[in-house]
Amino acid sequence: MENKKEWPLWEIFVRSKNGLEHRHFGSLHATDAEMALENARDVYTRRSEGVSIWVVESSNITASNPDHNGELFEPAQDKVYRHPTFYDLPDEVKHM
Amino acid sequence: MSEKEVKNLEEIFEAKIARDEKIEPKDWMPEKYRKTHIRQMSQHAHSEIVGMLPEGNWISRAPSLRRKVALLAKVQDEAGHGLYLYSATETLGISRDELYEQLHSGKAKYSSIFNYPTITWADIGAIGWLVDGAAIINQVPLCSTSFGPYARAMVRVCKEESFHQRQGYEIMLTLCNGTEEQKQMAQDALNRWWWPSLMMLGPTDDASTHTEQSMKWKLKRKTNDELRQQFIDQTVPQADILGITVPDEDLKWNEETGHYDFGEINWDEFWQVVKGHGPCNKERLQTRVNAWENGEWVRDAALAYAEKQSERKVKQAI
Repeated sequence: MENKKEWPLWEIFVRSKNGLEHRHFGSLHATDAEMALENARDVYTRRSEGVSIWVVESSNITASNPDHNGELFEPAQDKVYRHPTFYDLPDEVKHM
Repeated sequence: MSEKEVKNLEEIFEAKIARDEKIEPKDWMPEKYRKTHIRQMSQHAHSEIVGMLPEGNWISRAPSLRRKVALLAKVQDEAGHGLYLYSATETLGISRDELYEQLHSGKAKYSSIFNYPTITWADIGAIGWLVDGAAIINQVPLCSTSFGPYARAMVRVCKEESFHQRQGYEIMLTLCNGTEEQKQMAQDALNRWWWPSLMMLGPTDDASTHTEQSMKWKLKRKTNDELRQQFIDQTVPQADILGITVPDEDLKWNEETGHYDFGEINWDEFWQVVKGHGPCNKERLQTRVNAWENGEWVRDAALAYAEKQSERKVKQAI
């Protein structure tokens, strides 16, 4: 490959309708944010799939490493008291 | 990593897939899994992109505005499908430029069906009906393949693909209900596209080198022969409704198996086209390469513009 510069990669998030969160739809290449928005419209919302688009340059995303999932998520595993079912209540108690 | 550690990771990996858990890009995966996925997903992306060419041939000559907007939308979808698939492939650590380079140099393949010419308007009908029909059969099982980004891209593709097939069948239906000459045109298109469409579902199981491993990775959920049989079983009654004849003398409903029996496929032709000797291989690839090379100044200019804009912003901030 010669020394040619590729257009940067952008991650595309789309809100499909108000009331829902933006969801990751995929990625695409564009030179800047404005072009990323325009391309995202054509690539990911050709059938009115969205009412709002976010674009984030992929290099700005810091991701956790799945190899470290053990250490990262382990602290939550022994805290069953964070769940409602941990607490013993008599059946007669309603609305709780 | 020691051999034993790799083996251990491989076992965890295989078990994950067996449990129908998805593999995501940053998860550990065997090198062969990565390579196979890059190969298959990029071939799939290339097929979408090259697949625009035979149909693009008829956009300016579509017989009505209704047909023209539909064909334009279909070709635009194919560009979109190519883009979903390229970006899904890039999550495996290969760049878009490398992927294009593999296509343009001939190192990577694309579906051989696109090396056949579209000589009449009926070919556009036949492509939508048969080629997209076969593609759907291939793609639906891939919606539950093990690699997350591929499966997600396929869900989107499959949702959009059914309009493609319906618009093709509607073209065939209109021609078949038209003049005798139009009906002949539809028959001629079926004659030319039937066998290549069957070949599209890949070599027979005993000749397919990748099937076993791909089944294990859920990169394939049905064998080529199963998919082909499914395609034939659902397509023949559609041809009956059109009132045209599938060009296979041996085609016959088999009461016992509940499937159609069909004639011998000309695999020599298939391999000839795969090896580059189909009617349009050179033309298709050359068109792609030209589009890429002639667009270079636009890509460079867009990049230069973006760089200038961001420099200006920095200056203003100071």
